[in-house]
Amino acid sequence: MARVVVDVMLKPEILDPQGKAVEGALGRLGLEGVTSVRQGKTFTVELDGEIDEERLAQVHELAGSLLSNPVIEDYVIREVTS
Amino acid sequence: MRIGVVTFPGSLDDRDAARAVRIAGGEAVALWHADADLHGVDAVVLPGGFSYGDYLRCGAIARFAPVMGELVKAAQGGLPVLGICNGFQILCESHLLPGALVRNDSLHFVCRDQRLRIESTSTAWTSSYEAGQEIVVPLKNGEGGYVADEATLDRLEGEGRVVARYLELNPNGSRRDIAGIANERGNVVGLMPHPEHAVEPLTGPTTDGLGFFTSILKGLVEA
Amino acid sequence: MTRHPDTVADAIAHPEREQPYAELGLKANEYDRIKEILGRRPTSGELAMYSVMWSEHCSYKSSKVHLRQFGDKKPETDKLLVGIGENAGVVDIGQGWAVTFKVESHNHPSYVEPYQGAATGIGGIVRDIISMGARPVAVMDPLRFGAADHPDTRRVLPGVVAGIGGYGNCLGLPNIGGEVVFDPCYQGNPLVNALCLGTLRHEDIHLASAKGVGNLVVLYGAKTGGDGIGGASILASETFEDGGPAKRPAVQVGDPFMEKLLIECTLEVLHAGLVEGIQDLGAAGISCATSELASNGDGGMHVVLDKVPLRDHTLTPEEILMSESQERMAAVVTPANIDAFLDVCRKWDVDAAIIGEVTDTGRLVIEWQGEVIVDVPPRTVAHDGPVYERPIARPDWQDALIADAPSSLTRPASAEEVRATVLQLVGSPNLASKTWVTSQYDRYVLGNTVLAQPEDAGVIRVDEESGLGVAISTDCNGRFAKLDPYNGAKLALAEAYRNVAATGAEPLAVTNCLNFGSPEDPAVMWQFSEAVRGLADGCLELGTPVTGGNVSFYNQTGDVAIHPTPVVGVLGVIDDVEQRTAMAFGSEGDVVLVLGETRDELAGSEWAHVVHGHLGGVPPQVDLEAERRLAQVLVAGSRRGLLSAAHDVSDAGIVQTLVEMSVRGGSGAVVVVPADVDPFVLLLSESTARAVVTVTESDVDALESLAAEHGVPVSRLGVVGAAGSDLVVEGVYGGTASWSLDELRATADATLPALFG
Repeated sequence: MARVVVDVMLKPEILDPQGKAVEGALGRLGLEGVTSVRQGKTFTVELDGEIDEERLAQVHELAGSLLSNPVIEDYVIREVTS
Repeated sequence: MRIGVVTFPGSLDDRDAARAVRIAGGEAVALWHADADLHGVDAVVLPGGFSYGDYLRCGAIARFAPVMGELVKAAQGGLPVLGICNGFQILCESHLLPGALVRNDSLHFVCRDQRLRIESTSTAWTSSYEAGQEIVVPLKNGEGGYVADEATLDRLEGEGRVVARYLELNPNGSRRDIAGIANERGNVVGLMPHPEHAVEPLTGPTTDGLGFFTSILKGLVEA
Repeated sequence: MTRHPDTVADAIAHPEREQPYAELGLKANEYDRIKEILGRRPTSGELAMYSVMWSEHCSYKSSKVHLRQFGDKKPETDKLLVGIGENAGVVDIGQGWAVTFKVESHNHPSYVEPYQGAATGIGGIVRDIISMGARPVAVMDPLRFGAADHPDTRRVLPGVVAGIGGYGNCLGLPNIGGEVVFDPCYQGNPLVNALCLGTLRHEDIHLASAKGVGNLVVLYGAKTGGDGIGGASILASETFEDGGPAKRPAVQVGDPFMEKLLIECTLEVLHAGLVEGIQDLGAAGISCATSELASNGDGGMHVVLDKVPLRDHTLTPEEILMSESQERMAAVVTPANIDAFLDVCRKWDVDAAIIGEVTDTGRLVIEWQGEVIVDVPPRTVAHDGPVYERPIARPDWQDALIADAPSSLTRPASAEEVRATVLQLVGSPNLASKTWVTSQYDRYVLGNTVLAQPEDAGVIRVDEESGLGVAISTDCNGRFAKLDPYNGAKLALAEAYRNVAATGAEPLAVTNCLNFGSPEDPAVMWQFSEAVRGLADGCLELGTPVTGGNVSFYNQTGDVAIHPTPVVGVLGVIDDVEQRTAMAFGSEGDVVLVLGETRDELAGSEWAHVVHGHLGGVPPQVDLEAERRLAQVLVAGSRRGLLSAAHDVSDAGIVQTLVEMSVRGGSGAVVVVPADVDPFVLLLSESTARAVVTVTESDVDALESLAAEHGVPVSRLGVVGAAGSDLVVEGVYGGTASWSLDELRATADATLPALFG
């Protein structure tokens, strides 16, 4: 059993109105000094067997084409456990 | 003239697009997402709706449907394609058009009768309009904000590829008030508002949307 | 799963075992009755089934004795193809078409989790409609919240609206009407009622029954998880403790995409003739679907619960039985058709599992891991639940309330005061523009919306060839119902009936959503029994049968109940939607006329509420005969093309009607108060059976004749102005009150955005 965790975030230059809404809410709820909030997504993918280099390359490809939209998002493979 | 209208799981305005094609005088051909075959149609409409529930990102899953493989090839070869709303999102996800559509800056879904200016009449879908013509067409979306980097936006403007622009009010935060764009060749157009809902005086705010459908039929006849 | 389930054998062998019936919402006498029916104690699974199916929400135990009147007093009509008792009533509208429509409540879940509560409310009512064999074509939402400026309203309203939009828009159903009403009485108990309209050809009507021994029972749609376990019995059948919501885990979460697939899949199997009986899974999930299907059919069913596709494999069999996971349906399919049925499900990517079969044993038998855990007579679960005759007592404060007439309230006495009063009303939350809400809904999808809010009724084209269409309106004035529940219900019926007629549609049938406080409070039961009696009497008099509806009890926090709120939905038919009448003022020069009679009736009015915070007195007199005659004029006038505009008169009287017609049409009018009439009364009284119409000068005689023919009083009020002109009222205490369209629009448009962002 293997596990890959992929984080997807909007590119820094893309406006993030959801992040902005959360920023406002944190402030209203008493957390002082919040200067920025950006909202992203995490995909936890569980797979049978092991992750070899070839499989990892496949995950990278899909992370960059399905899980994220490279026009507006960046992805990072945060964790790989075999 | 046979205009294909694709139905993905969750497509909603496919029936309306088909109706608009019929009212304009064409034959609407239903295309199924799982069928990798365009059945020899002369043009294709990717309709509005919530394909795959808008899950992951709008259009992100639909773009990998079997029919899209054929469609991308054909579009690159000159087949006219009109993507309306979710269809526009699918065209951007497929990279047939540059940029992307993101959540409305207001964070609300908005349905309103939207005033637009037709900026380019040299696409397959807008030749029936006058340059600069102002029309009113329904807009209804939650993720309709068009974004692209500055270089892309400048290029779109410079090459006359902005097809329609929002007037009076920008309903979703689209950059440069862009409501619709075209590819370099002008055969692929993506549009956020819904011309197919403005084709009958009884059910639409105007009949200004009919021009998108008469343009393509006119163009096909002349071709 | 190693836990040994409580089986029928165990129940027989261990009759003394203590069971948590009270925690599950059953009273001691109900528990005893179950033991009597079964001849033993129930198993845990059976206890779960009875507890949910016998809850107020599912069994209607407190309301049944009163709701019988809808059947007993049913008016003669051949238009009712399916009456009360099925998922929704079906009405013949001509040309081989029928429609089905129903309104339901999802009040308590929406207070706890506004987005999901409202969203799943839509999901549930839509499934009711498709289980009748109809394609859903429109939705409407009567909504009621607490005070507009209360912080908790700011928590609830945006979530509810987003949930309705989020679910309904994704399903592709236009939202064509509804209401948004604010009143402090709803603060802890918002009302989220959802209506769905569906269309079908006569031959497509399907009923929920399991017939044919050996036929298979198929569960299809979403997998079953822990959503809403006990929701029905816990949430809807108990009032909230003061202090706010704490029941979060029991709220169901909706997946509108799955529901969209379910709609397409269901309609395809129905049209292909692959289904013998069909039932949606709503409150009480599998318990309800299996017991109702079995009860309506040959009387027996055998189910293997292990076959239910699960999302959560830790669920106990009792939890599986009680689960209210959304987007699930059950169908009865012959062995000959099962492969084709499953093929359609596969095409739409919808999970399906055969979970049982129809038998002739007269028992519903459910197995889990090879042992029988449920063995009950299905009728006792689904239909023969307890029936209560709750104590009824007219409240001791009712007389004082009625005696507290608004006659001593200070009325505006000059043109300037009238002008200011009208502006105050126009900007008040109940009358202000609802665009902030309605622009979050798609009104265009399906391309058949002819009229939508803020018009008097939502109008949908049913047949694109012939133009046949229907109109629907939902209405209720809770203040009137508090003052007089019997007449208040009739007044709600009258208003919806009038709204439908105003668009040119002939009213045909009624649905209702009866929202009340606790049935254990005799005062509330008095309100309920009076309201039902009023609605039944009213429907008989107007000739519009009740086709079905919903009761929501326990809308109270502590001792304080909401106003009795019997929401009434009326459906009407238009032969050709091109003929419909809209509310925007006609052309410049058109004559403005009032149909109906105005009396000094301000009790319970918007004016009394907004300006004086007053509620008391006798509500406006209801005259259903006058409503019927008015409707005849409005419908005939529409058919004959005499009316360039029509709008009913209700909240805040004639002046509000004029304001709405001018703002909508973009032109004002010059209106003159007759010398012998009190301006304040003419403008703000809420007398019933009235409408304002505009008619071209050359048609005025014809309209006046038509009105005279039907015995409807008619009087000229004024003339429509040019585009952009002001709304001007002359003869107001020696002066003139006027408002520019810009100020009217700005005042009405500012209120909700300022409150909700």
